[in-house]
Amino acid sequence: MIGVLSYLIFFLILALTLGVAVLGLNLQWGFTGLFNAGVAGFLAVGGYAMAMLTGPSRAAVFGGFELPFVVGLLGAMIASGLAAIVIGLLTIRLRHEYLAVATFGIAVTIQLVCVNWEPVTGGTLGLIGIPNPTKAMVEGSLAQNAIYLAIVLIVTAIAYTGLQRLVQGPWGRTLKAIREDETAAASLGKNPVRIRLEAFVLGCMLMGLSGALYVGFIGYVSPFDFLPIVTFQIWTMLIVGGSANNRGALLGALIVWGVWTMSGFFIARVVPPEWQAQSGAIQAVLIGLILVIVLLFRPRGLIGEEIHVSRHARSAPADARPEAP
Amino acid sequence: MFLQHLVDGILSGAIIALGAIGLSFTMKILRFANFSHSELLTWGAYFAVVFFAMAGVFGNPFAAPIAPFSFGWPLLVALVFSAVSTSVLALVLHRLVYRRLSRTAGHMTMVFASFGVALLLRNFVLLIFGADPIYYSTALQFAIRLPGGIRVMPDQVFLLGLTVVIVIALHLFMTRSRTGISMRAVSENPDLARVSGVNTDTIIAWVWVIGASGAAIAGVLYGLTVQLRPELGFALILPLFAAAILGGTGSLYGAVIGGLVVGISENLSVMVIPSTYKPAVPFLLILAVLYFRPEGLFGERNT
Repeated sequence: MIGVLSYLIFFLILALTLGVAVLGLNLQWGFTGLFNAGVAGFLAVGGYAMAMLTGPSRAAVFGGFELPFVVGLLGAMIASGLAAIVIGLLTIRLRHEYLAVATFGIAVTIQLVCVNWEPVTGGTLGLIGIPNPTKAMVEGSLAQNAIYLAIVLIVTAIAYTGLQRLVQGPWGRTLKAIREDETAAASLGKNPVRIRLEAFVLGCMLMGLSGALYVGFIGYVSPFDFLPIVTFQIWTMLIVGGSANNRGALLGALIVWGVWTMSGFFIARVVPPEWQAQSGAIQAVLIGLILVIVLLFRPRGLIGEEIHVSRHARSAPADARPEAP
Repeated sequence: MFLQHLVDGILSGAIIALGAIGLSFTMKILRFANFSHSELLTWGAYFAVVFFAMAGVFGNPFAAPIAPFSFGWPLLVALVFSAVSTSVLALVLHRLVYRRLSRTAGHMTMVFASFGVALLLRNFVLLIFGADPIYYSTALQFAIRLPGGIRVMPDQVFLLGLTVVIVIALHLFMTRSRTGISMRAVSENPDLARVSGVNTDTIIAWVWVIGASGAAIAGVLYGLTVQLRPELGFALILPLFAAAILGGTGSLYGAVIGGLVVGISENLSVMVIPSTYKPAVPFLLILAVLYFRPEGLFGERNT
C-alpha cells in the first residue's frame, strides 16, 4: 500500500511538472495559435538555470551559486523568458509552419549547446547534486516526495489560476481575436505582433518553470533529458486534453504521462532483457499512435475549447460564432 | 582543406537536395510542413536492406562489384525497389492520415499529425532493425585523388552523377509532361487548376510519389556513403527544411540549390566553428532566410 502511494506521489509530481509546460504551450498554441515546436529547448533553459543557481559550486564549471530553491524557480523563469524574447523577436512574424520549423531548430540548437558548452553546462555528464529542498525539511523519501508534490501542486495552482484570469480577461480575448483573424484584430487597434510576443514569452516562462521543477526534483540535469521526444510528449498531452482549455491541458498531462509510465512498466515486465533497448521505441510508437488517432477521431481533444459568446452579441445568430480550430 | 570541404559539401548537398525536392513540393502543393518527410529517407534506406536480404538468397549482391564502385548492378535494382516501396508507404500514409485531415481540419493539424507519423515511422524502424548501424557493404574502397589534394570515393562520384540525372529527368517531367504541367498549375493556383479540368487528387498522388522516390534514393545514397541508423532521416530534418525554405517552396531548382547551399555551408562551417555545432548551421540558415527573404531565394512572394 505504501508502495502504491509513494509511486502515485512520484507519478503526480512528474505529471504535474510536465503539466505546467503544457499550460505554457496551451497559452501559445491553444489561445494564440503560435506553433512552438521547441518546447524541450525552453525546458532545458529553465532546468539548467535552476542547476546553475541552486547547485553546489564546482571548480570546473561556472555557476553553482547555492541560492534558495525559490530563487532557482524565479531565475529559471527569467532565463527562459529572456531566451524567448530574443527568439521571439526573430521569429514571431513568421507564418505558422515556418514558426514550427524555426522553433524546432531552436530546440535542437539549445540541446547542442547543452551537450557542448562544458564550462557552463557540464557537457554530456550534466550537472549533479542539485539540492532538493525537501531533503532539509523531513526524513524519509515518502515524506520528502509528499512535500515536493505539495510544492508542485501550489505552483501548478498558481499557474492555472493566473492563466485562467488572463485568458478570460481582455488580454485573453485579444489573443483569441488574433488567433482567429489577425487582420481584423489589427484593424481594431490591437498590435498583433506585440501581443503574440507577450503570449510566446509568458508560455516559454512556464516551460522554464517546468524544467526547473523537474531538475529540482530529480537532483541533476543532463542534456539527454531534453531530447525532441519531450516536445512530442507535451504536444500530445495538449492535443489529447484539448487545446484552448487549461483544464484539458492538465488532464492531458495526467493521461499521457500515465500511458507513458504504465506502458514503460509493462514493457519492462513483458519484454525480454535483450530487447530492452527497443522498449523505448514501443513507448514512442504509443505516443505517436495516440497523437494521430486523437487528431483523426477527436480533434478537439477530450475537453476542448468552451465557446464563449460576448454578452453584447447574444442576439446574433448562433451560426455566426467562430469555430474552434 | 577549403577545396576538400567544398567538395564534401557538394556531395552531402546532393543528398539533401534529392530529399528536399519532395519536402519543398509538399510544403507548396499540399500546404503543410511535413515533419515526417525525413523518415521516408530512413525507410528508403532500409527498404534497400530488405531488398539485399531477399536478393541475398540468390547470392551476395555485392559479390561482383562494378569496378571501381563498392556495389554491383543490384544496387540499381535496389534503388528502384526502394523508391517504389517508399512511394507505396507515402500513399498509404496519405490515404490513412493526411487526406482525411486535409478535408476535416486545418493545415496546422496536418503538421501535428506529421509529428506523430514521424515518431511512428522512426520507431518502427528501430523495432524492426534494431539500433545498431547497418552497412550495405563493408568492402574497402580506394579514394580517387583529384588535383588540389581532393579525395573522393568512387561511390560519391556515382551519387553526384545520379543526382544530376534525376534532376534533369524531373525538369523534363515538370516542363514537358502533361502531369508535370498540371502539377505546376495546382501549385500556383489549386482552384483555377481544378476548374480547368485538372484532377487534383491524381496530382497530389504524384507529389507523394515524386517526393517519396527522391527521399528513398537520397536515403539509399546516404546509406551507401555513410551507414544506416534509425535516426538517419531524423538527423536530416533541419537540413531538408533549410534547403526547401532557402530555395523557396515548390521550386525544383530552388530545392537543389538550397540543398547545395546547406551542404556546402555545413561542411565549410567546421573551418570557423567547432564541428560539434555543425548541426546548428541549417537552423541559422533558416533563420537568416526567413528574416531577410521569407519567400526563399527562388520562391515567389505570396500574398
